[in-house]
Amino acid sequence: MTATAEQGGAGAAGPVLRTRGLTKRFPGVLALDGVDFDLSHGEVHALVGENGAGKSTLIKVLTGVYAPDGGEMRYRGEAVRFDAPLRAQQAGISTIYQEVNLIPLLSVARNLFLGREPRRFGLIDFARMHSEAAGILRDYGVDVDVTRPLQGLSMGARQMVALARAVVADARVVIMDEPTSSLEPREVETLFSVIGGLRERGITVVYVSHRLDELYRICDRVTVLRDGRVVHTGALADLDRLGLISLMLGRDAKEVERQGATTFGGPHERRAEEPVLVADGLRDRRRLHGVSLAIRPGEVLGLGGLLGSGRTETARAIAGAMPLRSGRITVAGVPLRRRSTAAAIAAGVSMLPEDRKSEGIIPELSVRENIALAAMPRLSRFGLVSERRIDRVVDVFVERLRIKSAGTRQKVAELSGGNQQKVLLARWLALDPKVLLLDEPTRGIDVGAKAEVQRLVDELAAEGLGVLLISSDLEELIEGADRVVVLKDGAVVDELSGEEVSEGALMRAIAAGDGDAAATDAAAEAAEEGSAGAEGVR
Amino acid sequence: MTAVKSTAASATGLPGGGPGRKGGVRGPFGAGGGDGSAAEFVQRHGALVVLAAVLAVAALTIDGFFSVGNLNHIAVGAAFPAIIALGMTFVIITGGIDLSVGTVFALAGVLAAWASQYGSLAALALPLGVCGLIGALNGVLIAKARLAPFIVTLATMLGAWGLMLAVSDEGSETYVVPDGLALTPMVQERFLGIGYPVLLVLVLFAVGGVALRRTGWGQNLYAVGGNEDAAALMGVPVARTKISAYSLSGLLAGLAGALNAVWLGSGVTIFGIGIELDAISAVVIGGTLLAGGYGFVSGSLVGVLLLNVIQNIINGIGGLSSAFQQVVSGSFLITVVLAQNYLSRRREGN
Repeated sequence: MTATAEQGGAGAAGPVLRTRGLTKRFPGVLALDGVDFDLSHGEVHALVGENGAGKSTLIKVLTGVYAPDGGEMRYRGEAVRFDAPLRAQQAGISTIYQEVNLIPLLSVARNLFLGREPRRFGLIDFARMHSEAAGILRDYGVDVDVTRPLQGLSMGARQMVALARAVVADARVVIMDEPTSSLEPREVETLFSVIGGLRERGITVVYVSHRLDELYRICDRVTVLRDGRVVHTGALADLDRLGLISLMLGRDAKEVERQGATTFGGPHERRAEEPVLVADGLRDRRRLHGVSLAIRPGEVLGLGGLLGSGRTETARAIAGAMPLRSGRITVAGVPLRRRSTAAAIAAGVSMLPEDRKSEGIIPELSVRENIALAAMPRLSRFGLVSERRIDRVVDVFVERLRIKSAGTRQKVAELSGGNQQKVLLARWLALDPKVLLLDEPTRGIDVGAKAEVQRLVDELAAEGLGVLLISSDLEELIEGADRVVVLKDGAVVDELSGEEVSEGALMRAIAAGDGDAAATDAAAEAAEEGSAGAEGVR
Repeated sequence: MTAVKSTAASATGLPGGGPGRKGGVRGPFGAGGGDGSAAEFVQRHGALVVLAAVLAVAALTIDGFFSVGNLNHIAVGAAFPAIIALGMTFVIITGGIDLSVGTVFALAGVLAAWASQYGSLAALALPLGVCGLIGALNGVLIAKARLAPFIVTLATMLGAWGLMLAVSDEGSETYVVPDGLALTPMVQERFLGIGYPVLLVLVLFAVGGVALRRTGWGQNLYAVGGNEDAAALMGVPVARTKISAYSLSGLLAGLAGALNAVWLGSGVTIFGIGIELDAISAVVIGGTLLAGGYGFVSGSLVGVLLLNVIQNIINGIGGLSSAFQQVVSGSFLITVVLAQNYLSRRREGN
């Protein structure tokens, strides 16, 4: 997708949105420091920066969630100040948030029209609402029963509903915060087509993403934020990737180049041939249909596949967090008899869950408590906790993982995403595991923290841990893993090792047999499960 | 829309446009439509099915259960709790709880009885005004000061109790509704054999049902209960919606208390204690989720009827202490919540 005529400057009608010297202060932090931000009509504008650079704050100020402490904002030529999200929406600025903000229990149609339902005699006209909703969503490639609760939809379909909702609301500016983070490749394609359509209609899109590939595919211009300040604005085509990364990090481009896109080193030396973990024929009621894999000490085994292929379920099954119908798991030669997380932990299996907010951190507890939590039994004697031992362990990991906090007594909720992830890693490492299961360890964390986590995975493998790495980021799998097992529909379809692990090979493996045949499979599966409204994004 | 239509067409025409469908089916929330509808049927109509079964059993085993007198007795007995349960339904759908309605009900009764010496209008206006204010206070503290509904309404529950004691001179004074009050026949008499309070309940629930299902206000209640943050970002006036729900709850509890006092002919000070728990039970048994975001008023009505029928049956069976009614109601409540839990877990596909 090439840049359009509006690129690089204001369109004929001037910028649709312009801020000057926008400032927002939180206790102890200057989140936005004199931000000048211009949006032209019908452009797709990338907003990038590391976590904590101020992207979210800027979005929230633009959309009326936060009131700015200083500076001015002009929208369609007039000075504005939105005191509530509703005001910004009414003016035509809509946001699609990272975690899709819709209401799961309400029907799809009601989510789409909430606040502007079609009326008849003052009451909501459901017949019209449903037919209009179905028509609109079909245009977004979502073909579902709109009277069903939204919670039955896939994440991709939900995102499309959110987008459709914004456009129905007559949006002039649509802000998308990490829209593809939970989408499958096909859904991403649909999203990009829809974004293309918005651009043609003169709707401005602000696109926030950590995925550089996507930015270069669809964005016209870019604004780079760092530490609450704009460090660069301009056409994206004039800026190469290294230049962009170095602007985001505030580091020299050459240094970035030397380090590569990820910080993984080369292949890991395998210490022993005896696998530390063997999973054999894992099956459950719906998602897993016989997954077998083995990890040797000192090896990083990548687990590839599409969303829903059973990657997370495999890891959860190994960690004892999911009931299985059949299958055997052996850790260091000893079969796991009892299927529970406690048994898995005792055997030396630790898992870093995908959703660190809901399954990982305990936000109100301190860094120290979060780290020591799982290791409590090992840190106590006769049931009493030894404060000194906790401190020792916590200090070791805070230093080793370079966890940045105002002190180990700070609440984890106040840390950045990357540091939260490191706290979780520390929690599991404190257990001295033999096998570490990492489910999307770098999702949603900033470039700097990502590099550190990747480096750490390398180090841990070098120390002899068996690591299972799940990632949707192909680069991460390719550079980080020694071998990659590819899953599809809950079964292993391919295994790549050594030189075979390349982007092309991986894509082919993931896509293998993934055509009409797979579609029929899925349809059959859907029919089997008796799903009346087979929802999906086309 | 035209531009988007064309792009969407091209989106649909992507290579392998068909297979894209399976993305949704296999996605984490893809399947489960079939389970969902079965679960939804039980959630929506479970209480009604149980009520029908209980009525059938009662009709077969208890003589005179289906007599007009007994049915009217049940209906009128259920009328005042039902009015409270209606307000409670609104509150619970927003994801909140209102513990104050019991003592608010008692307070309204005493206020109505006291004010009835100044006429029917005063007998209604005073309790409605005071109770509406208490409800609004609940709402403001919960929505604006962001205090937990449990704590706020616990506090106003105690406050309303104290007010009631103050008005009734520590509970020693029982105000009597004077004979010949214009309001009295409108509460005590019947129209076509049906007590006026029962008719009022039917009207209130009809209006409440339409308001909940078919107005923007109703949609906002569901949205706030379903996901408060999302609702705020979707432009729903969250605070106003909550305040309206709690105000209505207070107002309806006040109305029920006032009418109850007129019906009894006096402001009985101990009447209504614990009724908030009956109301909550009825709402939950009726299929409304305590977590908020899902529910309907007809279920609450069925829930109230169910609890009252059970009470009536237990009273009808000689030799059984009426205390057993609470045991049965409690068991019912647990059964319903267990069933809801099980079904919603199946719906999510775990």
